Amino acid sequence: MSKTTQTNTQLFFSGILNENPIFRLALSMCPAVGLSTTVMNGLLLGVAVLFVQVFSSCTISLIRNTIHPRIRIPTYTLTIATWVTVIDLILAAYVPVAYKALGIFIRLIVAFAIITMRLEVFASKNEVWPSFWDGMGMGLGFLLGMTVLGAIREVLGMGTFLGVDLLGFRPMLFFVLPAAGFFTVGFMMAIFNYSEKIYKRRKGG
Amino acid sequence: MVITIPDQRPAFKSFCFAGRSRLATCLIMLLLALGCKSEHPNVQHTAFKDNHAITIIFVNPVEQAWAENPASFRVYEKQSPDILIPVHAAVLSPNRKMLTLQLADPINRENQYTIAMKEIRLEGKVDGAVSLTVRKSYAGYLLQILIGAMIIQNFVFSKYLGLCVFFGTSRKKSTAVGMGVTFTMVIVFASLMSWVLYQFVLKPFHLNYLQIVVFIGLVSLTVQGVDTVLRKINPRLFKAFGVYLVLVIANCIVIAVPLLLANNEYNLWESLMLALGAGLGFLVALFLMSSVRERLEFADIPESFRGLPIAFIVAGLFALSFMGFSGMSIF
Repeated sequence: MSKTTQTNTQLFFSGILNENPIFRLALSMCPAVGLSTTVMNGLLLGVAVLFVQVFSSCTISLIRNTIHPRIRIPTYTLTIATWVTVIDLILAAYVPVAYKALGIFIRLIVAFAIITMRLEVFASKNEVWPSFWDGMGMGLGFLLGMTVLGAIREVLGMGTFLGVDLLGFRPMLFFVLPAAGFFTVGFMMAIFNYSEKIYKRRKGG
Repeated sequence: MVITIPDQRPAFKSFCFAGRSRLATCLIMLLLALGCKSEHPNVQHTAFKDNHAITIIFVNPVEQAWAENPASFRVYEKQSPDILIPVHAAVLSPNRKMLTLQLADPINRENQYTIAMKEIRLEGKVDGAVSLTVRKSYAGYLLQILIGAMIIQNFVFSKYLGLCVFFGTSRKKSTAVGMGVTFTMVIVFASLMSWVLYQFVLKPFHLNYLQIVVFIGLVSLTVQGVDTVLRKINPRLFKAFGVYLVLVIANCIVIAVPLLLANNEYNLWESLMLALGAGLGFLVALFLMSSVRERLEFADIPESFRGLPIAFIVAGLFALSFMGFSGMSIF
């Protein structure tokens, strides 16, 4: 992809819908499976990823002309690692309880494929402002995906939403089990595929 | 005066070879020695018997009246010295060398226990205060870390890490094995290097906040290094495994293991075992998954589920079955 021709709004919404990192690009699956047991976990990790994505995109886009192509991947990795350290220290200082719940996953943001991929295909070739909106879109897409997964699993498994009791009973305790993350993601992907098929058929017919 | 120096090279060479095998023997001996070292000249061995008893084997016969008095011993968990575990009875074997302490509370074999004695009364001789540490054998502990990382706490099916690469390379058995082997090599190298760097640089200089940056940089360096070395030394092997090297960096496990090592303050052997277990566990997971996915190619799957969705559901079934291992304890 060379320089983008899309407007900032288009960039923003493509990250959320058409190129949703979890359901469409199928990148960064580890947290989607491992951490989506509650809405709160999903939201927090989503915010952390949004932060890292936006700031690394801006940084790389600022210094894109000085990076030698041969060492671009290590540069991306180190940039991401720096911003992950920043958010890691901030969360540890201000929300220690939630930080403990997220465990090692905050530090593992450094290995999330989605961030490196956006730096490689977008931020390294575009101005700061479009990169910012692209990062916002991707980060929010990830946040939304995590929240949807967390909501499904929390409502079905515990009967609660953000800790508030909705149903008063536990419909399917199975969804709280760690292994159910795989099933939830699998079924969500199938639903996305199915709705796309229906949409195309309607459009064609 | 002319001093002739004899050619020492052959001797040196043979010394090197001998040295290498001697080094290996030494390492094995050290490992075994660590497993059954004794802390006191009068005590040969301590061990857990079943869930309620600890046995102490003395070098020389001890005095019966002293040994069979439960009040002579204070037993507690090493972390909590204030909470004493009452000793029900002390039974001495007929040869007066083996003592069995029956405890009131069940033992947790994962913990270390301390037995404190004011004195040891041998025949006609009294020795000073002693405190003994009881734990399961070190080799068993290491093996537990290995099996734990490989099967019980499998990184893919129980910790949900490394999924992107897992789904990307588990379509064919040959790819799966190639990725698994490459990954195991890289992770063992990278973890050991990061262990050295953490223990000798980051910790002494209080640079803990640099963990993430240092570890990820080290992993990229290792991958680049393995790439270069393999290309020069064994081009055939490089042809087979080179493609997977790039993918290793995108795998969360490779950064998770150094972070876990640093968190748990593991020593060198424990680190080696955890890294090896993580790599082999990834190999096992990839192999299992690819075997199923090869069969799935011929299955009649609803159209919306083809490809990734069904792979996720299969992985979910695997994860459910791996839950059966949870909480398992060997040795």
